Amino acid sequence: MQDAPQPADLLSAVAHYLREQLLPTLTGHHAFQLRVSCNALDLVARQIVQEPAANDAELERLTKLLGHGGALADLNAELSQKIANGEVTLETPGLSDHLWATTLAKLAVDQPQYGPYRHEAGRGTQQ
Amino acid sequence: MPPEKNSDELSFPDRMLAVVRKFAPDVERLDKVLRLSGGASQETWSLIAMRGGAPERMILRRAPAGVPVVEKISLETEAALMQAAERAGVPSPHVYYVIGPQDDFGRGFFMSHVEGEALGRKIVRDEIFAAIRPRLAYQAGEILARIHAVDPAKLPDLPRISPAEEVATMFETYRRLSAPRPVFELAFRWLRERMPPTDAKPRLVHGDFRNGNMLITPQGVSAVLDWELAHIGDPMRDLGWICTAAWRFSVIDKPVGGFGQREDLMAGYEAAGGAKVDPQVLRFWETLGSLRWGVMCIGMGSRALQSDRPVEMSMIARRTSENEIDLMRLLAPRGE
Repeated sequence: MQDAPQPADLLSAVAHYLREQLLPTLTGHHAFQLRVSCNALDLVARQIVQEPAANDAELERLTKLLGHGGALADLNAELSQKIANGEVTLETPGLSDHLWATTLAKLAVDQPQYGPYRHEAGRGTQQ
Repeated sequence: MPPEKNSDELSFPDRMLAVVRKFAPDVERLDKVLRLSGGASQETWSLIAMRGGAPERMILRRAPAGVPVVEKISLETEAALMQAAERAGVPSPHVYYVIGPQDDFGRGFFMSHVEGEALGRKIVRDEIFAAIRPRLAYQAGEILARIHAVDPAKLPDLPRISPAEEVATMFETYRRLSAPRPVFELAFRWLRERMPPTDAKPRLVHGDFRNGNMLITPQGVSAVLDWELAHIGDPMRDLGWICTAAWRFSVIDKPVGGFGQREDLMAGYEAAGGAKVDPQVLRFWETLGSLRWGVMCIGMGSRALQSDRPVEMSMIARRTSENEIDLMRLLAPRGE
């Protein structure tokens, strides 16, 4: 195994340098693009930390919902197909809870500042 | 950008002045000719025309000659729509002049500059708009009723888009560019089961009427902009699009553009002569709006590496999930 600092920590260090030291020297197009780039590094750092547990939980829910295991991408494709042809609907036990949990886990990485996410995450993932 | 020269080697500002003098012969000179924005095919310029020593700010929308047109409607059509909107009582910049082939200046038009804020984030939060915010949804409704009252027969030819065609186009794009997304599949199925009746009389639809494409002052809406997605279709689409969650800038308790309530939008619409709004149809278009913006986010990601803003476009692609949570709030709400 690799020693510290871990990938997420290295990304945070790079983002810190870019934000605190490089960004103040830039204006206009490059300042804006650098700010967006720092946000991208932060997103990747969040994904590295959160993805393993989020994927495990998603796999467990999908396995229960579909009645068999498999690769995450395959199970998502199968669920999509079953939703498209009406075999699985919002009345299907577990579907709504699964989609909510999966969506909240995506937002926690992608856009934790997004208003509707903060609103929904504030009440927890349980109904 | 590199200075553009034509055969007689006049500079670009001099060529611009020559065209300006066709509709304003008394203009002495142009000041502060600045390119504001635009892609490779379309430009927006700001300029100050000095007339009798007094400054008059104008806007030029232009496509240089020889650049292929990729927009859905031409600049000439855009100008005609703005003129029709102004005649219909829609707050609008005044079109001074549409560039013709005789001008040897590409294509486009000159219009008046209108004061106002376009940044949605500021409109939903800045103190200077606090007093007008509660009235903006009603005003937006009135404006849409006037746009929808324009007789399509008096307009240049516009694309006709039915709800079913729009859903089919979005679905094709999504399937081509994205791995399967269960929430999107749920939304597509939901929409297909609730297609609005198509017997309604087709109307002029602005196509991108939202917080960000209107100029707002502390007195209210000062101009409606960006007619590039105008078409003939279901007028309820415009009401649904301004209610789409993406344009609320995280102000979640004000569904209309982050500044108002649906009831006020509908009241303004109906008071100004618009048809009675069916809340179920409004909900259809609001849902389609979130799905549509989601598919557009996916599209940005697919073009990121070919653009000059690869990180920005990639990060917009990762905002697709914002639309998934917005769709879940619409289709499987967990209560307030």
